[in-house]
Amino acid sequence: MYDVVVVGAGPAGSMAAKTAAENGLKVLLVEKRQEIGTPVRCAEGISRENVERFFEVDKKWIAAEVTGAKIYAPDKTEVVMSEEMAGNEVGYVLERKIFDRFIAREAAKAGAEVYVKTACTDFERRNGFVRVKLRRMGEEWDVEARILIGADGVESKIGRKAGIIKTLKMNDIESCVQYLMTGLDIDQSYTYFYLGREVAPGGYAWIFPKGNSSANVGIGVLPKMAEKTAREYLDAFIEREGIEGKVVEVVAGAVPVYGEIETAVSDNIMLVGDAAFHADPITGGGIANALAGGYYAGKVAAEAVKKGDFSAGFLRKYDELWKDDFGKKLKRNKKLQLKFLEMDDATINKLAASISGKNLSEMSIRAIVTELIKAHPRLLWDLKSIFI
Amino acid sequence: MARKATVNRRKCAYCGACVAVCPVDANELVETYLEIYDDRCNGCGICVRTCPMGALVLVEVN
Ligand SMILES: Cc1cc2nc3c(=O)[nH]c(=O)nc-3n(C[C@H](O)[C@H](O)[C@H](O)COP(=O)(O)OP(=O)(O)OC[C@H]3O[C@@H](n4cnc5c(N)ncnc54)[C@H](O)[C@@H]3O)c2cc1C
Ligand code: SF4
Ligand code: SF4
Repeated sequence: MYDVVVVGAGPAGSMAAKTAAENGLKVLLVEKRQEIGTPVRCAEGISRENVERFFEVDKKWIAAEVTGAKIYAPDKTEVVMSEEMAGNEVGYVLERKIFDRFIAREAAKAGAEVYVKTACTDFERRNGFVRVKLRRMGEEWDVEARILIGADGVESKIGRKAGIIKTLKMNDIESCVQYLMTGLDIDQSYTYFYLGREVAPGGYAWIFPKGNSSANVGIGVLPKMAEKTAREYLDAFIEREGIEGKVVEVVAGAVPVYGEIETAVSDNIMLVGDAAFHADPITGGGIANALAGGYYAGKVAAEAVKKGDFSAGFLRKYDELWKDDFGKKLKRNKKLQLKFLEMDDATINKLAASISGKNLSEMSIRAIVTELIKAHPRLLWDLKSIFI
Repeated sequence: MARKATVNRRKCAYCGACVAVCPVDANELVETYLEIYDDRCNGCGICVRTCPMGALVLVEVN
C-alpha cells in the first residue's frame, strides 16, 4: 500500500512526489513516457522568482536569462516591459528536458519510487482507498494508494474520470506549435510577443531566446477562432516577420485556458498542474503554478496521512492553498482573456499606441491597466472592478 | 454512413491536444502513439479543429 501514487512526471507530479516523500510518505511516481521531459511541450519561459522559490538555480537547466519583454501590436507598435512586470514568462528560459528530469530525480532522492514507461490506465475507489491500474511494457498490475494525485497534464483522464473536471471546450484550450530555430539574429535578452487576430486568432506568437542565436519560435491559437491549423499560422508568421533560421526541433501541445476551477479534489484524489487547468489564461504559462500546486498537494497529502483522513472535505485544504496562491489570478486573467478576445486588431493597435514609448519599468501591471482604462474608458470600463 | 476521426501518424506529434477536447473519451495517447476508438468516436470534429499539426481528419465509414 502506497500513501500516494502520482500519475505524470511533469513539473507538477514530480514536485508533488518530492514534497510528499520529503514529508515521510511512501510514494510512487509513474510516467507513461520512456524519458521524463521529452518530448517537450513548452516554450520554457518562467519568472526568476517562481523558479527560485523552490530550487537553487543550476546553470545546467537554464538556457537563457532575459531582462525584459517586447510586445508587438498588429501594426508593429512596440511596448517594452521590464522583467519585474512582464509576468511569468520572463526571467529564465529553461531547458525543460533537463529541468523536468532534475525534479523527478529530486523526488527519487527524497525517497519516491519512480517508474517510467508506466501508464495509469484506470483507477477505482474501494473501501476508502484507490486501486490504481498500471501498465508497463505490456505487463498490467494494480497498486493500492491512500491518495491518487493526477498530474497527467492537459490530456488528463484522471480528473474527468473522477468527475472533478469536464472536457475542455474549443474556447478553453490553446492549440500550440513551436519550432526551435538556430542561426537567428535576435537580441537574446528579451522575450517577444506578437498579438493580433490575423497572426494568432485568440492567442499570440512568441520568440523566446535559448542562447547561441537559437530561440523557441511558436504560436498558440484558440481553435474556436482559428481557421487554419496552428502550424499553418506559425509558418505564416515566420514568413511575415522574415525570420530566417534553421528548424531543429518541432514541438506541439495544448494549454488549458479555462481559468479557476471550483475544486481540484474529490475523495482520495487531488489534481495538480495542467490536469487541474492551472495554466494562466492570458500567458499560457503553467510551470510556476504546476510547481506551487504540486508542492501544496504534497504537503496536504502528508497532513491527510497523519490524520488518516482522505475525504474530499479534508483535501479541500489543498484547494484553499492553491486558490490563495494563484487561484485569484487565474480567475482575473480569464476575465482579461475574454476581454482580449473581443478586441479587433485596430483596438489592440490603439491600446498599444497609448502606452508605447512610456517608461514602463516603474509601473506595475495594475498601474498599466489602470492607465489604459483611463485612456479608453468605453473599451475597458468593465475591467475597472478587477484592477482599480 | 458515419464520420470518424482518423490520425495520420506521420504528422502526429503526440501532444495530447485532441485527447483534452474529445467529449466522449474516444482517443488516448498510448505509449508512443495516438489511438482513436472507432466505437466511441461520434465524428464531432472537435479534435480535428484542435490538432496543432493538422494530423486528424474525418473520414466516412460504413
Ligand atoms: C507550446 C507550449 C508552450 C508553453 N510555454 C510555456 C512557457 O513558456 N512557460 C510556462 O510556464 N508554461 C508554458 N507552457 C505550459 C507548460 O508546458 C505546462 O503548464 C506544464 O508543462 C504543466 O506541467 P504539468 O506537470 O502539469 O504537466 P506536463 O508537463 O504535461 O506533464 C504531464 C505528464 O503526465 C504524463 N501522463 C499523462 N497521462 C499519463 C498516464 N495515464 N500515466 C502516466 N503518465 C501520464 C505525461 O506523459 C506527462 O509527462 C506551454 C505549453 C505549450 C503546449
Ligand atoms: S471526432 Fe469528436 S468524438 Fe471523435 S475522436 Fe474527435 S473529438 Fe472525439
Ligand atoms: S492533437 Fe494532433 S498532433 Fe496532438 S496527439 Fe492529437 S493527432 Fe497527434
